[in-house]
Amino acid sequence: MARVVVDVMPKPEILDPQGKAVTGALGRLGFEGLSVRQGKRFEVEVTGEVTEERLEQIRQAAEKLFANTVIETFSVRIEDVSTGSTDGSA
Amino acid sequence: MSTRIGVVTFPGSLDDHDALRAVRQVGATPVPLWHAHDGLDGVDALILPGGFSYGDYLRCGAIARFAPLMGEVIKAAGQGLPVLGICNGFQVLCESHLLPGALIRNAGLRFVCKDQRLRVETRDTVWTSQYEPGQEITLVLKNGEGSYVADAETLARLEGEDQVVFRYLGNPNGSANDIAGITNERGNVVGLMPHPEHNVDPLTGPNTDGTTFLTSVISHVQALV
Repeated sequence: MARVVVDVMPKPEILDPQGKAVTGALGRLGFEGLSVRQGKRFEVEVTGEVTEERLEQIRQAAEKLFANTVIETFSVRIEDVSTGSTDGSA
Repeated sequence: MSTRIGVVTFPGSLDDHDALRAVRQVGATPVPLWHAHDGLDGVDALILPGGFSYGDYLRCGAIARFAPLMGEVIKAAGQGLPVLGICNGFQVLCESHLLPGALIRNAGLRFVCKDQRLRVETRDTVWTSQYEPGQEITLVLKNGEGSYVADAETLARLEGEDQVVFRYLGNPNGSANDIAGITNERGNVVGLMPHPEHNVDPLTGPNTDGTTFLTSVISHVQALV
């Protein structure tokens, strides 16, 4: 079983009120100089090998469903399930 | 013949029955449509109601947008069927790309629930033709994700083409250009965050300012026959 991770983030020019609230809370907790933007992470378990074709399919799914590209950007990468580290990005 | 106005119910729709009641209140025939239904049953106009379709999971309206009936809705809207999206319905219309832009979390993160003053910015839609130009009205507003956003180019086009239909008087949620509702180029698809269906009966609302949506669309439909 392989895993593909899709990260979705609000576009830089889009106001991120949740990230702003988290940034404010960090400051109140004494974590200085940290600014947060909040996004979403989707872990997609893929049956069989992750081929370029599979990745393209997941990119299409991200474009169509995981992200609203009017307000968000996304990135797709393969995650090594055994170690939890990521293996390149696409 | 009485105008038949459909109201789509998605799992998690909340104000579908209010919309059906509002339709009945003005003398039109309400037609309830389940989201998995296979057709629009020949309705003359359609309302996508407020609520929390699919629990607002993923993004508001993002999953409802792919409901079986939505293919029909998108096709019919393209052919000129009057479609009104209220609150969650507006979010569904944006996710469907029937209307440009998107709705994000309110600035300030609060769920806003109030009687909201608005200005009618255009009567050049099938849902607002019977308002007075520049008329100021009050409608119920109740949402957590009602902040309208779009890129600068889209905003300029909406303003230039007279597609901003309602503007907030006192911006409650950080919406770009105080936008509360917009229309498509053709003027048959309108989406707004406030709830006209809650303002049709003095018994249950502060006024009846929302009735004009329905009388406008009924006069449009009657003029076609």
